[in-house]
Amino acid sequence: MKKLSARRRHPLAAVVVLLLALAATGGLYAAFAPAGTAKADETAQSLAIEEGKKLYSVGCASCHGTGGQGTSDGPSLVGVGSAAVDFQVGTGRMPAQQPGAQVPRKKVIYTQAEIDQLAAYVASLGAGPAIPKPGQYNPEGADIAKGGELFRSNCAQCHNFTGEGGALTYGKYAPSLEGVSPKHLYEAMQTGPQNMPSFPDTTMPEKQKKDIIAYVQAVNSDKADNPGGLKLGGLGPVSEGLFAWIFGLGALIAVAVWVAAHTAKAKKS
Amino acid sequence: MSTVTNTKKAPAGERIADWADGRLGIYTLAKANMRKIFPDHWSFMLGEVCLYSFLIIILTGVYLTLFFHPSMNEVEYVGPYVPLQGQLMSEAFNSTMHISFEVRGGLLIRQIHHWAALIFLAGMFVHMMRVFFTGAFRKPREINWLFGFLLFFLGMFTGFTGYSLPDDLLSGTGVRFMQGAILSVPIVGTYLSMFLFGGEFPGGDFVARFYSAHVLLLPGIMLGLVVAHLILVFVHKHTHFEGPGRTNKNVVGMPLLPVYMAKAGGFFFLVFGVIAVIAAVASINPIWALGPYRPDQVSTGAQPDWYMGFAEGLIRVMPGWEINLWGHTLVLGVFIPLVIFPLVLGAIAVYPFIESWITGDKREHHIAQRPRNAPTRTAFGVAWITAYMIMLVGGGNDLWATHFHLSINAITWFVRIFFFAGPVIAFIITKRICLGLQRRDKDKVLHGRESGIIKRLPHGEFVEVHQPLSQGERYKLTAHEQYEPAELPPAVDENGVERKIGRLQKLRVKLNQGYYGADNQVAKPTAEEFREIESGHGHH
Repeated sequence: MKKLSARRRHPLAAVVVLLLALAATGGLYAAFAPAGTAKADETAQSLAIEEGKKLYSVGCASCHGTGGQGTSDGPSLVGVGSAAVDFQVGTGRMPAQQPGAQVPRKKVIYTQAEIDQLAAYVASLGAGPAIPKPGQYNPEGADIAKGGELFRSNCAQCHNFTGEGGALTYGKYAPSLEGVSPKHLYEAMQTGPQNMPSFPDTTMPEKQKKDIIAYVQAVNSDKADNPGGLKLGGLGPVSEGLFAWIFGLGALIAVAVWVAAHTAKAKKS
Repeated sequence: MSTVTNTKKAPAGERIADWADGRLGIYTLAKANMRKIFPDHWSFMLGEVCLYSFLIIILTGVYLTLFFHPSMNEVEYVGPYVPLQGQLMSEAFNSTMHISFEVRGGLLIRQIHHWAALIFLAGMFVHMMRVFFTGAFRKPREINWLFGFLLFFLGMFTGFTGYSLPDDLLSGTGVRFMQGAILSVPIVGTYLSMFLFGGEFPGGDFVARFYSAHVLLLPGIMLGLVVAHLILVFVHKHTHFEGPGRTNKNVVGMPLLPVYMAKAGGFFFLVFGVIAVIAAVASINPIWALGPYRPDQVSTGAQPDWYMGFAEGLIRVMPGWEINLWGHTLVLGVFIPLVIFPLVLGAIAVYPFIESWITGDKREHHIAQRPRNAPTRTAFGVAWITAYMIMLVGGGNDLWATHFHLSINAITWFVRIFFFAGPVIAFIITKRICLGLQRRDKDKVLHGRESGIIKRLPHGEFVEVHQPLSQGERYKLTAHEQYEPAELPPAVDENGVERKIGRLQKLRVKLNQGYYGADNQVAKPTAEEFREIESGHGHH
């Protein structure tokens, strides 16, 4: 104790106290905040909007404007709905790292609780599609084959036969759907992020979205099996051709060199 | 068995051979060919890779025909692959699904068949380039070169008709692509398309028609060409590289029986083994993932197999020009690629005849040249490959874009420019490299190989010790023939009358000088030069 009190005038004492205080409040916040948002009453909702607004002003306002009205660097968020926020922030696309042809998927930097708060705030700016409930996107029991047909009719043009992704003009692209969660798949179809067209319930009912999600999960996820062996990226003849040239013909030429090097020798007499 | 007959009776093998000889006359045939000599070099086995993969394709193909139904009748899928259950599809697709999931070994055989096809075409490409760069297409082998080229060309279309048969979404897109190309032909395009598909695309006929072409017509012609190709190899005998004891009049190597029979037989199983391993490990054309063809559906990343990638590239990078005249549309954006496609392939096919016209060389050649000793030809070959490869990049422009994070438009422009500029650059660079290598050979012959040993002489000078080449090595580097460039005859003849020199002749002389002119080959060292250096003080 004596040691501690002796150093209470130390120049760094204030910094230490500050750090302790910050750690304490942060810890307490982390411990209690999720419980707060879980409550679905009116006060929790307004609290979420309040918190979301704070997060928004720090992380989003520089491009989307202080009131979500949009600027020259980012579109207006009025009416995009909470589903759009949940998708963009939940897949790490937002906040964007840099301007470019397209904002890529990257590490998610907000917790789900913070994303919910941001979504609540953006949703409060104007009515838009809401974050779907698990019952809406859960592919359990959906018609996979029907989903495949819908996928080939509506999605394959850009995302490839099994959702491996593909190129669009000027450096834009349709991303791979591998490892995308059912919720995010649903939200993407609902809101049409970036270059994707949106498929609202009026053109693509909830059931069809479920079927598509079930199909994508069946052919392009950890659970998907590849009866033919290595799928070589699922990209079709280009990767197959490269494989045939490099490993097929390459191996055969190596074998030919080996055979030619081991020629019959004349008998020594 | 009595001992008397036993001594008189020949061994069983001999009796069978005798029996067969009496009826087939195999003795003379075998006598002439059993001791046929084949030279040893790994690059001479590329043709064998093609032959064996062709055999593997035929064998596996026969198995596939046992289960495949070449019909476009619509059926509902009830097989074990869940993501397609209940979908409507053609019987062709359905039976291919059946082969892949229910026939014992069906998927493996299908994959062997398809992988072998890709390797067959790749093998032919490399084999053709080997023959090209070693000048092995020269007299007397020009016809055989054409046979080989025809095999490659027909192989492309056999492959195309083959991968179209399952009637999956990818191949259906390819068939539509081809139909579009046919439609772009002025005047007759529509008629051709209607004739080929039996009506409007896709109709109900094309699978059955492609099937006869794929299993009967095209492979039949190819088999005939393969036999003719091999007979000509026997007739001409194989070429061999320069070396001591190897001349234009002999072949140095091993006899067909027993050495080459054993080697080639073993090599067949090695080729089969490699292809089978690949087919067992890596998936190819997974039609279950692609889904059945429907004209209203399409996927991104729809490319043909690699050997058609060149055609795909031409269409992809061609600007979408069209002319509308009197109510008719001329789709140049598709028709021009359709014209360029055979022109580029034809350029390599007719090259032997062009070269022999330019060089005026009508003698027989049985010595394979080293590519560096024919710089202009080598440069032309590399230029041709460059154009081909750049178009392959164009055919896969979307995958280049996504995998290298580039703009597809930038890639398309790159391909448009470098389809023309690339070959020119490649030509110049290759020629310089060849000439450089020729100079290096000359240096090696005259001064020996650099040993890396530095010696200090008594008076302080440092010299690198060069190791002289063996006589055999020197022979190898100097045995190639060098030609004198052609000259135009004097402008006036001996009577002072102006000579008429045709434009064609002027062109020929100009091109000939491009082959053999002063700047286009390095004079090989002469024996005098060598002796002069040898008689000196050893190093310099």
